[in-house]
Amino acid sequence: MADSANFALRCDNLHRYLGQDDARVHVLKGVSFEARRGQVYAIVGPSGCGKSTLLYLLGLLDQPDGGEIEINGSKMSNTDDLARTAARGEHIGFVFQFHFLMLEFTALENVMMPMRKLGRLSLPEMTDRAHSLLASVGLGEKTHRLGTQLSGGEQQRVAVARALANQPSIILADEPTGNLDVKNSALVFDLLTRLAKENGQAVVLVTHNPEIAQRCDLTRPMRDGLFV
Amino acid sequence: MSPNLRIALRFLTAKKRAMLMSLSCTVLGVGLFVLTQATTSGFEEFFIKTILGTDGAMRIEDKIQDTLRQMTAGGGSDFQISQRQGLKYIEGVEEPKLIINALKDFSNVSGAAPVLRGSVLVRADFKNESAQVFGISLEEHLKVSDLGRQIVQGDVATFREQPTGALMGRVLADRLQLSTGSTFILEAQGQRMRYTVSAIYETGVADIDKMRVYVHLSEARSLLKKPSGVSFVQVNLFEKDRAPQNSIQIQDVLKHSAKPWQEREKSWLSTFRALRISSAITVSVFTLIAGLAMFNTLAMIVLEKTKDIAILRSMGYERRDITQIFLWQAGIVLAIGAFLGCVVGALSTLGVSYMPLPISGIFKTETFVVSWNIWHYVQAIATAALMVMIASLIPARRAARLEPGDIVRGTAQ
Repeated sequence: MADSANFALRCDNLHRYLGQDDARVHVLKGVSFEARRGQVYAIVGPSGCGKSTLLYLLGLLDQPDGGEIEINGSKMSNTDDLARTAARGEHIGFVFQFHFLMLEFTALENVMMPMRKLGRLSLPEMTDRAHSLLASVGLGEKTHRLGTQLSGGEQQRVAVARALANQPSIILADEPTGNLDVKNSALVFDLLTRLAKENGQAVVLVTHNPEIAQRCDLTRPMRDGLFV
Repeated sequence: MSPNLRIALRFLTAKKRAMLMSLSCTVLGVGLFVLTQATTSGFEEFFIKTILGTDGAMRIEDKIQDTLRQMTAGGGSDFQISQRQGLKYIEGVEEPKLIINALKDFSNVSGAAPVLRGSVLVRADFKNESAQVFGISLEEHLKVSDLGRQIVQGDVATFREQPTGALMGRVLADRLQLSTGSTFILEAQGQRMRYTVSAIYETGVADIDKMRVYVHLSEARSLLKKPSGVSFVQVNLFEKDRAPQNSIQIQDVLKHSAKPWQEREKSWLSTFRALRISSAITVSVFTLIAGLAMFNTLAMIVLEKTKDIAILRSMGYERRDITQIFLWQAGIVLAIGAFLGCVVGALSTLGVSYMPLPISGIFKTETFVVSWNIWHYVQAIATAALMVMIASLIPARRAARLEPGDIVRGTAQ
């Protein structure tokens, strides 16, 4: 049994149903998973197998119908919305497939947004960190561009910088390269893994891309709501 | 600036057209509310000023006589039952000087003047008219009325110097075709006395201007054959609104009926109040529309910003933050709308105050009468705030209830 302190994220016997009445589907059928700091995990599988549902549960964006979730040693399964929200802000960074930038805000403001909410840093410190993160994803020259003035690849790089803003211990990425060309896919993946490794963060990503999956430390294939 | 306010501002500026629509509805609602309250209150206040300037804040008239029926048990017993039989009034004030002296002990009383009233027939060369003669002590009366300022022809000084001078209402003077310097006869109690029109006054109240002739008190005593006592004592107060409380105290102490102006003018005041409330309700519809516009705009933003809500929630923003972001948007529109609405209201009130509108009958004015009262602005802002915030709460709460997982799943799949 591995030392639990090395695990940023654990889940045990997770169940999740979606839909109602006749349309109710048992999407996750008792999934267990662990993610160690400094490691990159790929969850792969066909569409509808429950990869994204699992990711949202691990990211506390959704609530399981059964099972346990542990974030940095704290059980989160039966906590209220406020505790889950606080845990998301402090421990988890998300990268979504469709970038999900707030388009009325500049790249800099998007990166600063989680920091403003957490309130750990002063405004100059937040600004410095946001500049540094954007520089590390290669957007140091475009910090003041609005989301609408950035290309898809650039938007996704801003999203990566934003996910790292609060130095979370867990990065969850749902098809982070799914909407990008080969060049940008490689760029974003390299960034994500490099920065995560540097900071000792656990990265869990859901992907359909076998090349990306192969480059991860561990690949967990899923089928019909279970790891196979 | 808080993160929520910053986000709210950016969301607002991103939906300029919809927000401008909500803003203009709020401005219109607040502005119209202020304007209607200013005009209806203006006429009401002007009416009050007119009647206070004519008949004073209070009248003390008719002595109160307590009637106490007593029944004593027979057979040398001391047992006795006393029962009040209600109040009896003895017409007029028998000792006006005593009453006026006693009134000096009431701190809110600013002046008191005796008035002797009686019905007369006014005979002029042209025609005769029924009227009421008011015998006044000029200097005292000027302290309890605006009679001096109501003179439209001639002057008070002439009346002061002429023992047989009279102040005649404009309508009555017109009917009798009298002007200053003209003479006429007052007939009462079977005797006739000749007077000269010293000045003509106009209160604007038709019932007064067509009926009242003011003469010196001593002349009225001779004419009405009433050597002592007066019909009533007209009282003026420093704080007019305290008239009802003061009248109760005065009635208790002086044992004379004391009628405050609020009771005397009850029917007109009720009419004005009804008008004010009715116009406030009508104008509240505009603020209701402002609320609906805000509801519509925010509901639209919530629909368009579900993704952003999910992002914010994934970054650690609480439900409370989401509610705040949308309430901030409503609050910003409300604050700007209320400010601009007040400016629009004030400017339109100013414009309306110059609008020609000749009115006479219950008061006399040539232009729209408006009232400048800070409470109209407070009420307008409060009404708009209530409507807009209630209307905003629904979409704001809806936004806060959205589950980030549902949003992301819906978009991602």
